[in-house]
Amino acid sequence: MSAEAAVDSPAARPDSGPIVELSGLSVGYQQRGRTTLAVEDVNLTIAPGETVAVVGESGSGKTTTANAILGLLPSSGVITAGRIRIAGTDVTGASDRVLRAFRGNVVGLVPQDPMVGLNPTMRIGGQIAEVVRRRGVDKRLVNAEVIEALERAGVDQPVVRARQYPGALSGGLRQRVLIAIAIAGHPRLIVADEPTSALDVTVQRRILDHLGGLVAETGTSLLIITHDLGVAADRADRVVVMQRGRIVEQGEPAAILLRPQEPYTRHLIAAAPALSHAGGVVPCFTDVTPAPEVLRLDGIGKDFRLPRTASGERTFRALDDVSLSVRAGQTLGLVGESGSGKTTALRIAMGLEKPTQGRVHLDGVDITDAGWSELRPLRRRFQLVHQNPYSSLDPRFTVAQTIAEPLVSFRVGDRASRAARVRELLDQVALPAAFADRKPAELSGGQRQRVAIARSLALEPELVFLDEPVSALDVSVQEQILTLLLRLQQDLGVGYLFISHDLAVVAQLAHHVAVLRAGRIIESGPAADILTAPVEEHTRELLGAVPGQRFAAELAASAPPGTKR
Amino acid sequence: MPDKILSPKPDLVAPPEQRAAVARATSSAPAAPPVVTPAGVALPVHATAPAGLAVPAGLAVPADLAVPVGAAAPPPGEAGAGGQVRRRRHDILAAARPLLRRPGFVLAALFVVFVIVSGLVPSLFTSYKPSATVPTDKLKGPSMSHLFGTDELGRDLFSRVLHGSTLTIKATGGAVLIAIVAGLAIGVVAGFFGGWVDGVLMRIIDILLALPMLLMALVIVTALGFGLLPIAIAVGVTITPAFARTTRAEVLRVKEQPYVEAARTGGASWGRVLVRHVLPNSWGPVSVLAVLDFGTAVLTISSLSFLGFGTPPPAAEWGTLISNGRNFLITSPWLSLLPGLFVGLVVFSLNHIARTLEEMQR
Repeated sequence: MSAEAAVDSPAARPDSGPIVELSGLSVGYQQRGRTTLAVEDVNLTIAPGETVAVVGESGSGKTTTANAILGLLPSSGVITAGRIRIAGTDVTGASDRVLRAFRGNVVGLVPQDPMVGLNPTMRIGGQIAEVVRRRGVDKRLVNAEVIEALERAGVDQPVVRARQYPGALSGGLRQRVLIAIAIAGHPRLIVADEPTSALDVTVQRRILDHLGGLVAETGTSLLIITHDLGVAADRADRVVVMQRGRIVEQGEPAAILLRPQEPYTRHLIAAAPALSHAGGVVPCFTDVTPAPEVLRLDGIGKDFRLPRTASGERTFRALDDVSLSVRAGQTLGLVGESGSGKTTALRIAMGLEKPTQGRVHLDGVDITDAGWSELRPLRRRFQLVHQNPYSSLDPRFTVAQTIAEPLVSFRVGDRASRAARVRELLDQVALPAAFADRKPAELSGGQRQRVAIARSLALEPELVFLDEPVSALDVSVQEQILTLLLRLQQDLGVGYLFISHDLAVVAQLAHHVAVLRAGRIIESGPAADILTAPVEEHTRELLGAVPGQRFAAELAASAPPGTKR
Repeated sequence: MPDKILSPKPDLVAPPEQRAAVARATSSAPAAPPVVTPAGVALPVHATAPAGLAVPAGLAVPADLAVPVGAAAPPPGEAGAGGQVRRRRHDILAAARPLLRRPGFVLAALFVVFVIVSGLVPSLFTSYKPSATVPTDKLKGPSMSHLFGTDELGRDLFSRVLHGSTLTIKATGGAVLIAIVAGLAIGVVAGFFGGWVDGVLMRIIDILLALPMLLMALVIVTALGFGLLPIAIAVGVTITPAFARTTRAEVLRVKEQPYVEAARTGGASWGRVLVRHVLPNSWGPVSVLAVLDFGTAVLTISSLSFLGFGTPPPAAEWGTLISNGRNFLITSPWLSLLPGLFVGLVVFSLNHIARTLEEMQR
């Protein structure tokens, strides 16, 4: 009963000042009796109907701030100073009982990872109904409200979806369901914690567009947490830049982008691919000299057997008549949304899978049917860098062991010469030699990816396959890795087959681009042509989805010539 | 096994000096771990070395921290063999420190060590012979001269318990060794090769699992005859299926990891991948299970000897002692209760150690 009253009271006073007011907030994490501050002296107000974006790298305290607002700090987290006011009520250090009244109904959360954010054993509709029921809606109306929430979140066939389990939905749809759960509570503020980091750029844009539309329509406030200044600038009324737990700069996005005051903000601008090029996707290589072909895929097709179902086909065509060619010392960017067959193409090129039809040629030699032992000597010539540096390094190997492993496998050199080679490779990927003894757990994501790149270069290959090498990293780290890859190519003359869903990333590296959609190449050619004058609608859509284009014109006008990289 | 248990977990045991090093590592990769905040906060030196713990590593920490944050990384070449050894020792000490901070774990470990030492060299802790009868002192209650009292023939019960440890410890060690070797081999082969090999091996394991543990042990002991080795084999076979299952599950998990694929594309043979990547990374849960199964083995062995399937008298196993005391339960309850309590404490300690190790691995 008292909970009911508490539920009503905060919502009963609409538009009475800011929804969230943080004053001098400091949050620390207690570990072994001492407190490490994650957020220091943060002042932030969010007015009704306002969209605020908090930008910063991992570890900058942006998620901790959001969790403090929601009262969802982990048990080790403590508010050491300052106050949190939600809808006029001071909730600093309030009990969970009090905070529960605010969650969902005043402040709604769209969590980061759509793959783990839903209960896999409950139907979608049931999960949304939980929130609706908490508003005290009449039992008979709950179902209608659930369908309405799904509809408003942009889920197609809401009646069918409500009866499905999360496992049946794609990542984008799950993210929409999470949004539906957030809006079903009719909150006055939606906190979106990296709502799209796990998604393709095109899906990301659709989701953010939709969220923006919803907010504008209902007058809800929105707090976006992101590491991508491009995303923040595109969506927000106000951008807050955080570094090491402190707010270093805040203001209107145009002001932040065009007249950044802090070096850190400038660093973030330079890191966002689209922003650093004055708001557009600009190919790095416009003038491509012909080079000999190293790898050629000829009319590759690949069928996967599907599990037996009541109806439908028994096979799934993942690739259909795909032809690619990678040239020596140059980069082929293979672009497509998830599920378009990019990774399958790469695995076939690497000989990790056999194509159903078509041939793979390496230097004119047909390697399609080569077995493991026939392919093994050729492996020295092409190497792979995985997408996720957190799982591609053996946690029990030191950096030196990891990098030297291909040398050991191929019995190259002795102990001393391998150690020398490891030092040389560490130097090439700009890691200090002292890192040789570290384990992966002691490295950051960017450092791990550098180690993985060093490993792939150990055998001096002609060709390196890069499977979304930066999509698991923060934008600023992405930029460093891409610069490194570019430099390595210039120094070592290695060719890349670069897979990505993000055209802005591909633009920084690729000489040639091929766009893959549903297993077919819809457009391919020199990067300059594809990126500046795309023919296909889908390519244009991919280009348009690159975040950071809202202020493209202003940026282009303000950037003096020569500051473009 | 110690290697896995003591492997560094960054968030748990990474010494502050490493965190600081990561933070200052490269200016080119500024994504510092979230724990590191502005220098003054992250580095209160004395907080890391509590007064009560005179671990040598605690002394090393402030010295390393004296390196100013932002100083140049050590010059190349410092990472020599000597550095590796020092580092390794440092790792082990750093990993052991949180363990030492748990009084429950320390007590359990000390007790297990005591049992093992007293089992191997009982004369260290008792001057009585286990078979020396003193009819005048029969059925005496626990006292300073006879810690556990005496039995119906006036033999010192404490001495008999400690001498009984010898047999139980040897049988337990043998049983767990058999289980680890057989279970690991079956699990690795099944998980690694898959297909029909996996199918056949796992069906055999299923059959073993379907039979009650004690019943199977009894059958094996009856078939092989009495004695230390048959008991070890019997108990070993009964706990093998759990090892095989756990190992297989871990191997299946590790086999799919991208770093295995990375090693394969780096040209590593399956043998190398198995020995260098799959086995070390599968070992963690198996090692926990091994400690846990010491407890199970102790219980099963004691049960067997309680039922009269142990080594024949006058040798006294724990189960035999408990069984003998049954006749005097009303008049001299300590004859059964104290050995029983002793066995219970051993199993409890082993379980607690296993649990702590499992928590450390998370």
